[in-house]
Amino acid sequence: MSETISQSLMRLDAPDKIAGRAKYVADLKMKDCLFALTVRSPIAKGKILQVSLPAMPEGYQVVDHRDIPGENIVKIIYDDQVIFPVDEVKYIGQPILLVVGPDKRIVERLAKAIKIEFREEQPVFAWENSVIRYQFTKGEGDAPFASAANTISYTYTTGYQEQAYMEPQGFIGHYDRGKIVLVGSIQCPYYVKNALIRALACDPDKVRVIQAAVGGAFGGKEEYPSLIACELAVAINKIKKPIKLIFEREEDMLVTTKRHPAQIKLAAAIGADGAIRALRAHVGIDAGADIGLSGVVLSRAMIAATGAYTIDNLAVSGDVYLTNTVPTGAFRGFGAPQMLFAIEMFIEHIAKDLGRDPLAYRLDYLAKQHDKTSTSGVFRDPILMPEMVEKAMAMSGYAAKSERYPREAGYRGIGMSFFLHGCGFTGSGEAKTIKAKVKLEKDSEDLVHILIAAVDMGQGVHTAMRKLVASIMEIPIETVIYDYPDTDQVPDSGPTVASRTMMIVGGLVARAARALKESFIPGQHQVAEEQYVQPDYIKWDEDTMQGDAYPAYSWGVTVVEVAVDPHTYQVNLEHAWSVYDCGKAIDELMVLGQADGGLAQGIAYGCLEVMEHDQGKIRQKNLTDYIIPTASDVPAMTTMLIDNPYPLGPYGAKGVGELTLVGGAPAVAKAIEMAINKRITKIPATPEAIMELIKHG
Amino acid sequence: MAKIEFTLNGEVRQVDIDPTIRLLDYLREDLDLTGTKEGCGEGECGACSVLFDAEVANSCLVPMGNVAGHDIVTIEYFSRTERYRILEKAFLEQGAVQCGFCTPGMIIAAESLLRKKPKPSDAEIKIGLSGNLCRCTGYNMIIAAIRQAAKEGEGLW
Repeated sequence: MSETISQSLMRLDAPDKIAGRAKYVADLKMKDCLFALTVRSPIAKGKILQVSLPAMPEGYQVVDHRDIPGENIVKIIYDDQVIFPVDEVKYIGQPILLVVGPDKRIVERLAKAIKIEFREEQPVFAWENSVIRYQFTKGEGDAPFASAANTISYTYTTGYQEQAYMEPQGFIGHYDRGKIVLVGSIQCPYYVKNALIRALACDPDKVRVIQAAVGGAFGGKEEYPSLIACELAVAINKIKKPIKLIFEREEDMLVTTKRHPAQIKLAAAIGADGAIRALRAHVGIDAGADIGLSGVVLSRAMIAATGAYTIDNLAVSGDVYLTNTVPTGAFRGFGAPQMLFAIEMFIEHIAKDLGRDPLAYRLDYLAKQHDKTSTSGVFRDPILMPEMVEKAMAMSGYAAKSERYPREAGYRGIGMSFFLHGCGFTGSGEAKTIKAKVKLEKDSEDLVHILIAAVDMGQGVHTAMRKLVASIMEIPIETVIYDYPDTDQVPDSGPTVASRTMMIVGGLVARAARALKESFIPGQHQVAEEQYVQPDYIKWDEDTMQGDAYPAYSWGVTVVEVAVDPHTYQVNLEHAWSVYDCGKAIDELMVLGQADGGLAQGIAYGCLEVMEHDQGKIRQKNLTDYIIPTASDVPAMTTMLIDNPYPLGPYGAKGVGELTLVGGAPAVAKAIEMAINKRITKIPATPEAIMELIKHG
Repeated sequence: MAKIEFTLNGEVRQVDIDPTIRLLDYLREDLDLTGTKEGCGEGECGACSVLFDAEVANSCLVPMGNVAGHDIVTIEYFSRTERYRILEKAFLEQGAVQCGFCTPGMIIAAESLLRKKPKPSDAEIKIGLSGNLCRCTGYNMIIAAIRQAAKEGEGLW
């Protein structure tokens, strides 16, 4: 079957989803279940002076910081996020307490009647309070600037992006003989479990976390659910009854994590021959009020500083700024979309400023196998970008169109982005922090159970993992079982993030499947376990950010064609073409589905999706204000997958989920740039932004 | 409270209910018909789509008082039909399902569209789906599925 692994299966979880039988968390019911609603801070910064409760009917109560048995901390990376504040709030929407009771309407009424008196303080919205600063250099760093013939500098700005998964966040939980059990819409069962252990100060066997069907996540259900879970677990621990906490859309949009707004300053030292001698980059990102995952987001952004290119001398620095705004966090791409937009536009802008042909100039700098990465690691595996660019150009008619459209000045444009995405956790994350474990268990009926913590949030883990095991063991897929992960059943194979699931977790599952196949005894209960071991040639120094930041890279080329309306400046997306190298597709149709969906998000990031705050309050509070693409907005898409098997991935698979997003924004921005003949340095390039550029340059 | 008579999934029902309750809540909370999803609660996403006299409607915007005398069909009932089987097959084969949260609503919207336009153009499919948001697929595979269903189900709509 190995030759045909990419051949598509129909998704095994789809029939239940189509018929509405799949159970998402809001669909779950428990007897005598109570409802919880969160009371939140209406101010961006201040002290809580007094909380006045209305008369609480019997069976209704509030839950706050005083009810936390363990530490008042949501375990993420830094211990700076509280579950419930004691006496100070630092952003609008920060949870202060829960109101819990049997009737949802009465809970709502009580929550509205709670009066909280604050002493407001001056909030900080400017990017001045840096809490994390990283830097690294490559080659001679920025020394070549001293002798450069010319320096070219641009600053690129990106806004918030909201994950806008269709299913809002939520959990339902109950108390089961001394144990707290939570079922939720989550990406990372063990992140939640570990956060609960700390909040409840309990033994690991006193909390159990189960994934429900997840209605989309895109990073938004990576770290944020740990906060909701801690709040709810504290309530269940106090009340000892089932409680449901489901966000409304407005609440979800206003208070959950979003993509970090970024400002990226790039400067290039140009030699007399027009070549780039060195690049200087500074990446600033807005963490909001808690650091959360921002340090890791920053490092991924910085490491992507040269995009798909090789530049020999580099000086890269970055800052995470704290502000009194809603915390930002994980979102598909994780820092890379901001940086890829910036570097893709920058190389194009350098070429234009120098009067060079942008495409030829960019092709000259494309990374090649054995080149040094931005962090002086090595691109070990073959890089097929020249062939991929050629295919993308042929499919899209890029050469003729890019020659014709500027000449015709007919408000049409075509843009092409080159990009890569580091697969798996950055740096030593896999080896030192995650240490993924997987388990295959064959029961006496020869059914093989895949025991991993990787969740299906729409990307297809359920089908892909079963297919992988069935294919390796050469057994019918019906005899391979995958259930929603339950921390009482599965080992910690790590979070479902970072395009790591198939390459890392799937790689371990494949090894376990081979072991189980070799030792197969019919009718006997057998177990195969595997744990991640970093290949010893992968070296990474956390402090200096030097070495191999990732074990492997996926690559892509995306072309987008647009027509800009000359009167309304509406951007009509005509077509998008992409070529991806994700190693080997474990299921072609599922990879193409990732490609379509990721690109739609990436293009919308570049030209459609606007989210802003006004004095700390998010202005787009629902799907009417925050525009995501409809069926009428997306372009037709043509995608080609190139086989380039990665030796350590199962059947050669590398990461795919995030790759497909990162090329969208620069491709559409370049297309718009061609259509209007102005430099785009800020996304989203909305009609208003385009009008501003046309009228005022 | 008000007495309301209507048809739900082929059965005439008489209920005594607060007429301001949303049809969506009645379906999900009172009847446990959870195939109809709540994505936004404001008529923007279409996850709560039901057939209201054979037209796609957002059940989050329909108070029970407005249901009186009308015919409501949810995914649970529609999924017993031959037309559903054609749509299901097409959605499966085209890869039109990822997280699945929007899918029942998409199926309902597709049924409503195909009833009106059994041979829709791509532009008509896009307009027919424009009240239903999907964040996973980028829509192209859903559009292809409806194209396929229209072809394979010719004569059924």
